[in-house]
Amino acid sequence: MSNPILTLSHLTKRFDELLVLDDLSLTVHEGEVVVIVGPSGCGKSTLLRCMNALEEIQGGEIRLHGELVSKSSKNLTELRQKIGMVFQSYDLFPHLTVLENIVLAPMKVQKRSREDASKEAMALLARVGLEEKAASYPRQLSGGQKQRVAIVRALCMHPEILLFDEVTAALDPEMVREVLDVILRLADQGKTMLIVTHEMQFARAVADRIILLEAGRIQEEGTPEEFFDSPKTERAKKFLQTFTFERKRLEQPQSQN
Amino acid sequence: MNWTVIRQYLPLYRKAAGLTVRIGLLGIAAAILIGLFCTAVQRSRIPVFRQLVSAYIELSRNTPLLVQLFFLYYGLPKIGVPTNAVACGIAGLAFLGGSYMAEAFRSGVEAIDIIQEESAYSLGLSRGQTLRYVIFPQAFSVSVPAFVANVIFLLKETSVFSAISLMDLMFTAKDLIGLYYKTTESLFLLVVFYLLILLPISLLGTLLERRTRHAGFGT
Amino acid sequence: MPDLGLSVLLKGKNFARILGGLGVALKISLVSVAISLLLGTLLGILMTWKNPLSRAILRLYLEFIRIMPQMVLLFLVYFGTTRAFGWNLSGELSSVIVFSLWGTAEMSDLVRGALTSIPAHQYESAAALGLSKRQSYFFVVLPQAVRRLIPLSINLITRMIKTTSLVLMIGVVEVLKVAQQIIEANRMSSPNAAFGIYLTVLLLYFFACWPISLLAKYLERRWR
Repeated sequence: MSNPILTLSHLTKRFDELLVLDDLSLTVHEGEVVVIVGPSGCGKSTLLRCMNALEEIQGGEIRLHGELVSKSSKNLTELRQKIGMVFQSYDLFPHLTVLENIVLAPMKVQKRSREDASKEAMALLARVGLEEKAASYPRQLSGGQKQRVAIVRALCMHPEILLFDEVTAALDPEMVREVLDVILRLADQGKTMLIVTHEMQFARAVADRIILLEAGRIQEEGTPEEFFDSPKTERAKKFLQTFTFERKRLEQPQSQN
Repeated sequence: MNWTVIRQYLPLYRKAAGLTVRIGLLGIAAAILIGLFCTAVQRSRIPVFRQLVSAYIELSRNTPLLVQLFFLYYGLPKIGVPTNAVACGIAGLAFLGGSYMAEAFRSGVEAIDIIQEESAYSLGLSRGQTLRYVIFPQAFSVSVPAFVANVIFLLKETSVFSAISLMDLMFTAKDLIGLYYKTTESLFLLVVFYLLILLPISLLGTLLERRTRHAGFGT
Repeated sequence: MPDLGLSVLLKGKNFARILGGLGVALKISLVSVAISLLLGTLLGILMTWKNPLSRAILRLYLEFIRIMPQMVLLFLVYFGTTRAFGWNLSGELSSVIVFSLWGTAEMSDLVRGALTSIPAHQYESAAALGLSKRQSYFFVVLPQAVRRLIPLSINLITRMIKTTSLVLMIGVVEVLKVAQQIIEANRMSSPNAAFGIYLTVLLLYFFACWPISLLAKYLERRWR
């Protein structure tokens, strides 16, 4: 594999007594798409939030190109610029238009000119099919459109790695597709990404590597084919079973009419 | 009602209203500054300052302005603090209003979802930039109704200034009633002038509230 | 160190007199609060009715009372009624009337707000369960409205207590007036007593209102 971008080593995260991440190690390489799956409450979201230093960690370390990422890092804002993040929902700034949302950080943080930032923002919006929404406010957009804007907002900072935290979980089913398509295209362009999702078909299509996270540990990892077609561990088999349905028809008890 | 008397009193009331508005606005401006300062301190992590601000807010909200003014105007000079009525009026209003403004701003800031702050951080914005470009603009629109209510409340509270011999509207009315027994005309003008000061603000508040509600956030 | 009022305060019955003054203020506010709670609740329920005439009249009353400084209302009742009807109301009676009018207006708005704040789907799901209109009102809407209302009405008590300090201005002998009299009487022996005495009055008001505010805050948090 090519050179590593993000390295987590022996990460431990506790909420008071509750152990959420348990001595977890993981390396993401350049151009790699890693998808994290797992049951609710397994620590997926917390893991992503730790990578952006939105959560304190109790043990281990996170390094981006060898630089330590933590709440006390002096150059935290610079590190965060290199790590783009898209949240589950409602993270656009409601008082700013779509374009203003996108150019705020490039202008204020990277000190780019409004012209330059706007030009790039419009080009990116065009790529996700939203250039005519540039002057709209977030409340005038559908959920799927909002998430596409949020992705563009993260992209405009030229991050080296993008984190997606269940970005389609709060969307109506018919809007999920348009957002996932955007992410698929980013994968085609060779963007490095770490994706938490519940969409298994999508995970299979987009991932270079799938990780099953449960009880704060990596229970299984492998290529999509390995993971979905021949899971090695009991946990993985059990997890995958939750996505298949079958109806067991019972004999009607005779006492009922 | 005697209209000649009213015409004759009109200039007196106009002058008094000017004083009420002037002191009122200065006091309110100071109250806004105190309120912003308190909000910033309460959000910061400096322990002693936070407790001092909480103590100030409790003291200010649980005592009447009239008593605060008596203490400022009659009490403080006894320990060598020089005071005059206008300064006391402004200081009293600012002391009272600061805590009310702080509460209005705080409720605005608290209404903003934590994810807003986090997504700003994830874009690389600093704490200060996040407050300035993301939190305060949203918090302000949420605070508008409480803010306008506070402005009206504080302007109404100026009606006790006559107790420290400021020649405001109440003082003028009481004077004219006491001197000439023109009760009806004096009271009529008193009501009219307070309406002239307060009604426009109240209407403006309703308008602003409606606008910010229509520009409502979220989904 | 010159005396700043402590010795004056401890002299004779002075402190007891000040407490007595506070008692007058508290008495006026409690009587007014009691009247306001009762009438305000009635008016508040009336305001949720759909009759346009009653709504317009109540609205006008509410807006006028709320936009006028309480001092102006006190003057209107104390001086105005003498002039208009030849009544000679005492300062205390005038203040009870004014504070009840004001408190009723405030209370009615709180009641109206609490009742209308219950979302429509609460009525609907009560109806869907087969509850009658009266049943859904008593078992679903009222219990929720009351929880919202109680902290706010407790706050009204502290606002009322603070407002009673105004009655000094229409000649009622309450705590500030007593303080003035004591300072005046000891002007020669303790010329600096005003500092300590007024500070005492300030603290007395604070300790009368603070516990009530804390209670309201506690209930608000608990019932949120």
